[in-house]
Amino acid sequence: MPLVLPLLLAVALFCLGVYGVLARRNAITMLMSFELMLNAVNLNLIAFDAWRLDGLATGQTLAIFVITLAAAEIGLGLAIVLLLFRGHGHVDADAARDLLETADTAKEIDR
Amino acid sequence: MTTALFAVAGAVALFASILVVTSRRIVHAALWLVVALGAVAGCFGALHAELVALVQILVYVGAIVVLVLFALMLTKAPTNPLPALTTRRSPFAAVVAGVLAILLGTGVVIAFGNEKIGPVPDGSAEAVGTAVFRTWVLPFEVLSVLLLAALIGAIVLSQRAPKKED
Repeated sequence: MPLVLPLLLAVALFCLGVYGVLARRNAITMLMSFELMLNAVNLNLIAFDAWRLDGLATGQTLAIFVITLAAAEIGLGLAIVLLLFRGHGHVDADAARDLLETADTAKEIDR
Repeated sequence: MTTALFAVAGAVALFASILVVTSRRIVHAALWLVVALGAVAGCFGALHAELVALVQILVYVGAIVVLVLFALMLTKAPTNPLPALTTRRSPFAAVVAGVLAILLGTGVVIAFGNEKIGPVPDGSAEAVGTAVFRTWVLPFEVLSVLLLAALIGAIVLSQRAPKKED
């Protein structure tokens, strides 16, 4: 199997994830796009592991670690999204502007 | 044979991922995520990483997608199609993603265009288990602490704020 096949699939999945994070409005769909990007990374790790065969299964071990990290990330992310929903009544990432820094607030902070 | 299997699973993953980021119904996007993650697990299997494929199905499809569906339910996500689910900036997002894809794709093809994955020995679970509990045992323990921290963080975040006593 040519090595570029899994690598190009990973590139496509990663860029779809980037598009989803930038274009989606709902915070939960943004988190789903993050999962796509992490999967692309895992695909790279597995492909390079199968290519190099270093005897330590480094790529597969790191892929399992990344899956664990993804579980931790989605747990915390969804907790934050639920907090946003409880405070604002929506999960629109564009309308969540509590931390927005305008020229006025920047001046206040400087003072 | 493995190349054909990988190509089929990869095509399914690609198709489902496109629907994940473009579907106008949130719940459908979450369910297409199941298909995409399952197909990526199939890709792992075709690359002879059975343990990672099983962990992927167990953790991603079994736990993460269920968590996402629960969050959709708790945030009262509507099941009808929402045209406003994608922002007005989505053409720019598509341009960014497309340029990134071209850059990464050409880089990958230039760097690894002639490399081939040779035949891989079957049954990698034993090697992975040995690696995790021998070579990588310290990162493994650190990761368990990280999971504990994420657990505590999620509990603290989802607690209702106590009423202030005057």
